[in-house]
Amino acid sequence: MPENKEDYLVRFENVQKSYDGEILVVKDLNLNMAKGEFLTMLGPSGSGKTTCLMMLAGFEPATHGEIFLDNIPINRVPPHKRGIGMVFQSYALFPHMTIGENLAFPLEVRKMGKSEREEKVKNALDMVQLGSFADRRPAQLSGGQQQRVAVARSLVFDPDVVLMDEPLGALDKNLREQMQYEIKHIHERLGVTVLYVTHDQSEALTMSDRVAVFDAGVIQQLAPPNILYEEPENAFVADFIGDNNCLHGIVTSETENGCVVKTEDGSEIKANKINIAGVGKPSTLSIRPERVIVNPEPGQVPNVFEAKAAELIYLGDHIRTRMEVCGNDNFYVKIPNSSHHADLNKGDTVKIGWNEYDCRALDATNN
Amino acid sequence: MSQSDTSTLKTADGISLKLSLQRSLRRKKRNALLLVAPLFLFILITFIIPIAYMLVRSVDNQIFAEILPTTAPLLAKWDPLSGNTPDEEVFKAFITDGKVAAQAKTINRLGKRLNYEKSGISSLFRKTGRNLRKLEPEKLTTSYKEALIKIDKKWGQVDTWEILHRESGKYTKSYFLSAVDMKYDANGMQWKDDDSRIYLNLFKRTLWLSFLITFLTVLLGYPIAYLLATLKTSTSNLLIILVLLPFWTSLLVRTSSWIALLQKEGVINDFLFAIGLITDEGRLAMIHNQTGTVIAMTHILLPFMILPLFSVMKTINPSYVRAARSMGATSFTAFRRVYFPNTIAGIGAGGILVFILSIGYYITPALVGGTQGTLISNFIAYHISGSLNWGLAAALGTILLLLVVALYILYDKIVGIDNMKLG
Repeated sequence: MPENKEDYLVRFENVQKSYDGEILVVKDLNLNMAKGEFLTMLGPSGSGKTTCLMMLAGFEPATHGEIFLDNIPINRVPPHKRGIGMVFQSYALFPHMTIGENLAFPLEVRKMGKSEREEKVKNALDMVQLGSFADRRPAQLSGGQQQRVAVARSLVFDPDVVLMDEPLGALDKNLREQMQYEIKHIHERLGVTVLYVTHDQSEALTMSDRVAVFDAGVIQQLAPPNILYEEPENAFVADFIGDNNCLHGIVTSETENGCVVKTEDGSEIKANKINIAGVGKPSTLSIRPERVIVNPEPGQVPNVFEAKAAELIYLGDHIRTRMEVCGNDNFYVKIPNSSHHADLNKGDTVKIGWNEYDCRALDATNN
Repeated sequence: MSQSDTSTLKTADGISLKLSLQRSLRRKKRNALLLVAPLFLFILITFIIPIAYMLVRSVDNQIFAEILPTTAPLLAKWDPLSGNTPDEEVFKAFITDGKVAAQAKTINRLGKRLNYEKSGISSLFRKTGRNLRKLEPEKLTTSYKEALIKIDKKWGQVDTWEILHRESGKYTKSYFLSAVDMKYDANGMQWKDDDSRIYLNLFKRTLWLSFLITFLTVLLGYPIAYLLATLKTSTSNLLIILVLLPFWTSLLVRTSSWIALLQKEGVINDFLFAIGLITDEGRLAMIHNQTGTVIAMTHILLPFMILPLFSVMKTINPSYVRAARSMGATSFTAFRRVYFPNTIAGIGAGGILVFILSIGYYITPALVGGTQGTLISNFIAYHISGSLNWGLAAALGTILLLLVVALYILYDKIVGIDNMKLG
C-alpha cells in the first residue's frame, strides 16, 4: 500500500450521499484504492455499496465530500470523461449491435481508426475466449458468454479503473465460480484496478486483494480476506463473513489482552479482548465453528463447557452439529469427517472447548 | 418389445396412443372454439362481410341486366365503333324491357345509375319511362327505332348507346375510374380536366396530412413517453391518465374547446394580439382549414403514439445508456446510438397505428377541417349518405384499403413487422 495519499488511484474523502435529504445512504466514506488493486465492496442490499460505485462512475452526484481519480477531483466530471469501465449485473450489452459492434463502441466514440479498432476488439474477444462470436447478437449468447463479453467490453478501451456491479449475480453457481477465477486471472494479467460490488461473501473472499464490508452506509472493516475472516473487528463483520457463533454477555473483568465475559446462564468465558466498551458493559463473543474442539484434553483449552447435541447435519466432509451451550441453542460446531471423529448422536452431552485467542470479544449487538 | 415405432404405441387399455391423445384434446379444442365463436361471428357479420360487400359494390353493375334483361345481351353484340346506332332488334328489346321496367317503376333507378356516366341520362330515362308506359308496342306504325327516337332524339345518337353499351355488363370499371379522376370519352379512358379533378388531390392531401400528423405525434409523444418510462410508477400512472384524457372527453366538448382556442377571435389569437405578435388584421386562421385538422387530429391521436412508445421504453434497461456513457459516449451519442435504436419498434408500432387511423379519420376533419381540411373519408361519407353513389364510395374505400395494405407491406419490407411492439 502506498504511503502518501496522493499515490492512491482512487480516493473517496468524507463522501456522503442522501437521495431524499432525510436518510444518509453513505455516511462519511473514506476509502483509498491503490493502482492495480482488486477491491471489493461487500455488504447486504441497501448498505450503500452500489451507491458508492455509481458515485465513482458519475451516475450519482455525491451530496458531500470529494472523489479523486488520479488526484483529480471528479465530482463535476461527466461520466463519459472519467474513463472508467463498467460491468453491469444485467450485462447491458446493446441488443441491436453484434458482439463485435458492442466492443467497438467505446473505441468508435473515441474516434479510433478502423484497423486499430478491429485489432483491439479481436484481442479483447480472444482474452475471454470468444474470438469467433464477433458477428453474433447478444441474445444468441448464453448468460456466461454475455458476461464475458461485458467484461471484455469494459476493458477494451484500456480504462484505469473498472467497476463491476454484481456482475455474476445472474449466473448459476458453477458458472459463477468459474467466472470468478476468470475475472481474477484477467485482473492479474492486465494489472487493471478493479472496484467490485457484491453481496456474496465467498465471491469477495475468492477474488479480492482487500474487502470493504459495508453496513448501514459505513465501512465496517476494510482488510484483506484472511484478516477479515480471522480477525473481524466488530460483531457485524464476524457474523457477516463466514460461519460464526455468537454468545452474548457482560464483561466482568479485563486484563491487558484478554477479558472475561459472563453469559446470561452464568458461564464465564475467557476471551480475546478486541472491541469492548469496558467492565460491566455488554459484549458479543465470536467463535468460528471450526475452532471449537470437541472432547478437549484436560488443560488443553481454558474454556470448557458442557454441550448437548441438538441436531446433526451430515455434509460429507464434515458434520455440522447444532449444540446447546452457555444458554445458546444455536451454537454450531464443525466435526470433521475423519476416521477418528467424535461419534455423536442427537441428545448426547459432550464437552466442548476453545482457546481464549479464538474467542473474540466484540461490541454488543442486539441479536 | 420395441417402443420406438409410434404407430404401434398403445395405451394401457389397448387403444392407439395417437387416437387416445386426439380424444383427450378434442374437448379442449371444442372449448377453445366455443370461446372464440361469439367474437368470430361478430367480426364476420360486422367487419368481414361489409368489407367484402364494399369490394363487390365498387365494381358491381348487375342493375343493367336486371332492369333491361333482354337488351343487355343484344347490346353487347353491337360494335359502337361502327358509327351506326344499334340494330332494330336492340330497339325492340329496349322498348319491351323499358315498358316492363317503367310499369315497375325501376327504370328511373337505371337512369340514375347511368347518370353517373353522363349527366342528363337520368332525365332522358324519366322522360322515356313516362312515354313507354303509355306506348303500346303492338300498335306501332313505325319501327321501334323511330318510335324511340320520337320520344327523345337522343336515342338516335351513337353517344347515348355507347354509354349503355359500355355499362351493360355485370361489372364496371367506371366507379374506379371516377375515383381516380378519369373518364371515358371517344378515345377511351382519359384523365378528367384539371378543374374537375377532385379525388387524386384528396388522396394526396390525405396521405400528406397523415404523414404530417404521424410525424408530429412522434415529435410530441417521444419526450412524454420517455418521461413516463423513467418516472416512478405512481407518478407515471397519473400522467398516463392525463395522456388518455382526450379520449374521455366528449367529442362536442373537445370540438368546442378547439374552436374556442383556435378561432380568429379565440384565446390564442387574442393572446398573440395582446402581446403584440400579430396585428388585428393578421389574426391567424387556425380552424376550418388544414391547420385545424392537423392540430385536432394530432391531439386526438397522440395517445396512440405515446402508449406503444411508453411500453417499449419501459423495457429498455437503463443500464444501456449508463454503459454507453461509461464507455465514453456523450449523452447525445448514447441516445443516438443506443437508446433511440431500441425505441424504433415503438415508433414503428405507434407510427403505423396513427397513420392508419388518420388516413381513415372522418369526424374531426368534418368538424374542424372546413373545405381545405377535409380528407378522403369525408367524401366517402358524402357519397354514402349524400349523393347516394355507393359504387363510387365503395371504389374510394377500396383504394384507401389497398393504400393501407401497400404501406403496410412497405413498412414490413423496411422496418420488419416482427419488430413492431404494441405493448
